[in-house]
Amino acid sequence: MKVGVLALQGAFREHIKKLHQLGIEAEEIRLPRQLEGLDGLIIPGGESTTMGNLAEAFHLVEPLREFRRHKPVWGTCAGLILLAERAQHLKRGGQPLLGGLDITVDRNYFGRQVDSFEIDLPVPALAAVASPGDPEGSFHAIFIRAPAVTEVGPEVEVLARIPDGPIVAVRQGHLLGTAFHPELSKDLRFHRYFAALVAGALRRAGNGQRHSIKTLG
Amino acid sequence: MERTTGTFTVKSGLADMLKGGVIMDVTNAEQARIAEEAGACAVMALERVPADIRAQGGVARMSDPEKILEIMDAVTIPVMAKVRIGHFVEAQILEALGVDFIDESEVLTPADEAHHINKWDFKVPFVCGCRNLGEALRRIAEGAAMIRTKGEAGTGDVVEAVRHARAVMGEIRRLQTMAPEEMFAYAKEIGAPYELVKMTAELGRLPVVNFAAGGVATPADAAMMMQLGMDGVFVGSGIFKSGNPAKRAQAIVKAVTHYNDPHILAEVSRNLGEPMVGRTVESMPESERIAGRGW
Repeated sequence: MKVGVLALQGAFREHIKKLHQLGIEAEEIRLPRQLEGLDGLIIPGGESTTMGNLAEAFHLVEPLREFRRHKPVWGTCAGLILLAERAQHLKRGGQPLLGGLDITVDRNYFGRQVDSFEIDLPVPALAAVASPGDPEGSFHAIFIRAPAVTEVGPEVEVLARIPDGPIVAVRQGHLLGTAFHPELSKDLRFHRYFAALVAGALRRAGNGQRHSIKTLG
Repeated sequence: MERTTGTFTVKSGLADMLKGGVIMDVTNAEQARIAEEAGACAVMALERVPADIRAQGGVARMSDPEKILEIMDAVTIPVMAKVRIGHFVEAQILEALGVDFIDESEVLTPADEAHHINKWDFKVPFVCGCRNLGEALRRIAEGAAMIRTKGEAGTGDVVEAVRHARAVMGEIRRLQTMAPEEMFAYAKEIGAPYELVKMTAELGRLPVVNFAAGGVATPADAAMMMQLGMDGVFVGSGIFKSGNPAKRAQAIVKAVTHYNDPHILAEVSRNLGEPMVGRTVESMPESERIAGRGW
């Protein structure tokens, strides 16, 4: 399994470190040709305007859209914004989105940096991927000038929300989005969860291949 | 399930999100918009860029809050602003304004000759300048969530930023070869807390994000600072004192992302117009140099 981390700007090294801790091969991605051969991609936290700008300048927008149609992609914070079909409070004049998740995000929903916070979040879906040694129960989530999900379409599974507050983690098929930063937590469960998505997609692709060979035979 | 705000984790977390990016000095809403359009990951709101502070002389202080609010209003990216070294009330004011990051900066005239701000008292994160490892770790001990080289601001001469980056990185490499008893002595020698010295040796890097600042004027300057191991770049006077700020700003953003790709660096360096005029640090009398402010 080989997972790329979009390395245009932001906290890409933290994701790579987490993937390495899980024994997964990880690569920094800055140009379209580097997407070849990847089984999944993480779009890290950082500034979504900066990443959008560089993705346009280096002709990555269309290749990334094509990638997320077929392969698992996980966006954290800025990455969640990029994966949203609709977004509020973007910079004046707008910014490019990759889309894919049938959600509306509100950028900087929680306010400015003085409002950034940590919280223990219940995320029931993580129980399925927990390994011995992982923390039990809620996930310690770090929100930095974070967005929130304000609307979800019918296909979207809500993985976590702030108690009495907005949705902050979603999954739709092979796409995953979190408004917070699991790459800054000392907890590997979200990375395991994404690795399981990638493994599932690989299995399906493998089955598809066998099928087609059989059909041909 | 309570939200906790203002922790060191969320402060250093914002610094982590700025990595691989360019933070640009801007003096009004229009410049802030140009910076955001060019891909800046944050802007530094100022009344005057360092080159003008130098030229005009006098006491340089925190900017008018009106100016800072105008810039905060114009862009969606994080906004930083500067306070004088030791001026904790200027910092209280910036925190009240909702600024995202405070730069306790030698570019302004120091307000206290013995004490830096106790940055643990604040919910807003601070970035501070350094010339060497000891200075960096002293600022982190005081609560800084991010470090930058001092360089020599407002000159367009990168030589001091290189000196300070090489000093920090070289000292960290030396630290990693030391026996534990040598590390105690070294902590004393550089005037830094032993625990932070030990942590730095274990990590092989500063315990917080470390940017280059002070004299970066071209995409090549920015990429060199990245290759020297910096996490990102501040560009002060270098952009809006140049002939074509929008183009130069975008070129420096591209150069910081692709700092290891000379072909892309060659491409983005083409036809940028006049760089800022610049002043060699070597030709400046000691009294005009500002990196020596702070301790």
